Amino acid sequence: MSVSEETGPIARRGTALVPRPLPGWAVRVLSLLGLLTFWWGLALLKADPMVLPGPQAVLPRLWSEAVSGALWLHLGATLGRVAQAFAAAMSLGLVLGVLMGLLPRLNRWLDPWLVFFLNLPALVVIVLCFLWIGLNETAAIVAVAINKIPLVTAMMREGARALSGPLSDMAQVFGMSPLARLRHILLPQLAPHLAATARAGLSLIWKIVLVVEFLGRGQGVGFKIHLHFQMFDVTMVMVYALSFIAVMLAIETLILQPLEARARRWREA
Amino acid sequence: MSLQVALRSKRFGPSEVLRDLVFQVAPGEVLAVLGPSGVGKSTLLRIIAGLDRDFDGQVRRAGRVAMVFQEPTLMPWRSARDNLRLTTGVDRAQADAALARVGLAGKGALYPGQLSLGQQRRLSLARAYAARPDILLLDEPFVSLDAALVGEMLALTESVIAEQRPATVFVTHAQDEADRLATRQMVLAAQASVCASGRRFA
Repeated sequence: MSVSEETGPIARRGTALVPRPLPGWAVRVLSLLGLLTFWWGLALLKADPMVLPGPQAVLPRLWSEAVSGALWLHLGATLGRVAQAFAAAMSLGLVLGVLMGLLPRLNRWLDPWLVFFLNLPALVVIVLCFLWIGLNETAAIVAVAINKIPLVTAMMREGARALSGPLSDMAQVFGMSPLARLRHILLPQLAPHLAATARAGLSLIWKIVLVVEFLGRGQGVGFKIHLHFQMFDVTMVMVYALSFIAVMLAIETLILQPLEARARRWREA
Repeated sequence: MSLQVALRSKRFGPSEVLRDLVFQVAPGEVLAVLGPSGVGKSTLLRIIAGLDRDFDGQVRRAGRVAMVFQEPTLMPWRSARDNLRLTTGVDRAQADAALARVGLAGKGALYPGQLSLGQQRRLSLARAYAARPDILLLDEPFVSLDAALVGEMLALTESVIAEQRPATVFVTHAQDEADRLATRQMVLAAQASVCASGRRFA
């Protein structure tokens, strides 16, 4: 599909006197630099690296972890779990949510379940999965997915309830195939809900993955944080926390935002 | 016969909206369905289109169906050209020809949101045209348009029907539109249908 940018309205907003705002990436970089300065200021104020090490203490340790390869091993393990749990939770939640949104009778039966699972504390699910399935990878991913599925389901149900009846009538009259309807009628309408769910989901999932690793895994960012927590090594806790936040920031900027912009293209044309 | 309808009864809960309607529409014929609002014109069209299957009776549709709705009912996230291609399966050249037919030449890459309401209506007409239907269903396609646009749309619809000769059912509440397009007219009144013009079709 081709997009003709030049045919859009020329003067989208009549703001000739307002100065041009900074480009998005510049604001992002400046904002993150501000956060770094804030942290540095706090560390200087506290003046106790055992409690709050500043960037000058954390960055060299980060470097040595990266050079030794340990950082990549644990980041990779955590990222793998995040990816698997994310894929499972999104696909199951999407199907369940759309079905509940489209079938009021099914929704009446499943809604109490949804409320139950939405309010089941993450920690309880994790402990039960480890007890029932064992201290293994399956339990870890199942536990995270179970924590996340209800939220995806609830959000996708809202999306499915807002689906356009006239458009699906049109697709039916013109005899569009089920696959074409999914791709050109259903998914474009669900896209904003999917994007919001993916963003909310990703940040929630990696936090739960860390708890799972904290409680019962021998690899991963959560495991390292547990290890250094026991040794009161705040610097290393921050090394691992910050590096994983950096990874998630990169995923958000390089994958999620471009995907969202692509799905939103027609609105801005 | 492209379209055969033998409707015994259609109910919404306890109230019966349509009863004992038997008619056929041949290729090239335009049957106008008139009547006050709420009498069941749109319900009848939904039954003919196969969108409403909860009725007592039989509808036989032979061949391809296309419909022009009250609203343009376009996919806002697909370009004008793709709105034709994805629904009717025509290729790029045929889609562009259909666009040109309704005066939208060169607008194929635009999204529906970039078109004026009149252009969106014409795009929805182009979609029905591109489908080369055997049965064409029009559900008050000119309602809430200004007089100039109605005239333009009527002329377009007229020429499309003359060219492709589908069996057409045209739901409207405007007698002048019916007089212009229809070869036969049917007036729906509450609880009963009345034949208003020319030949009998019951």
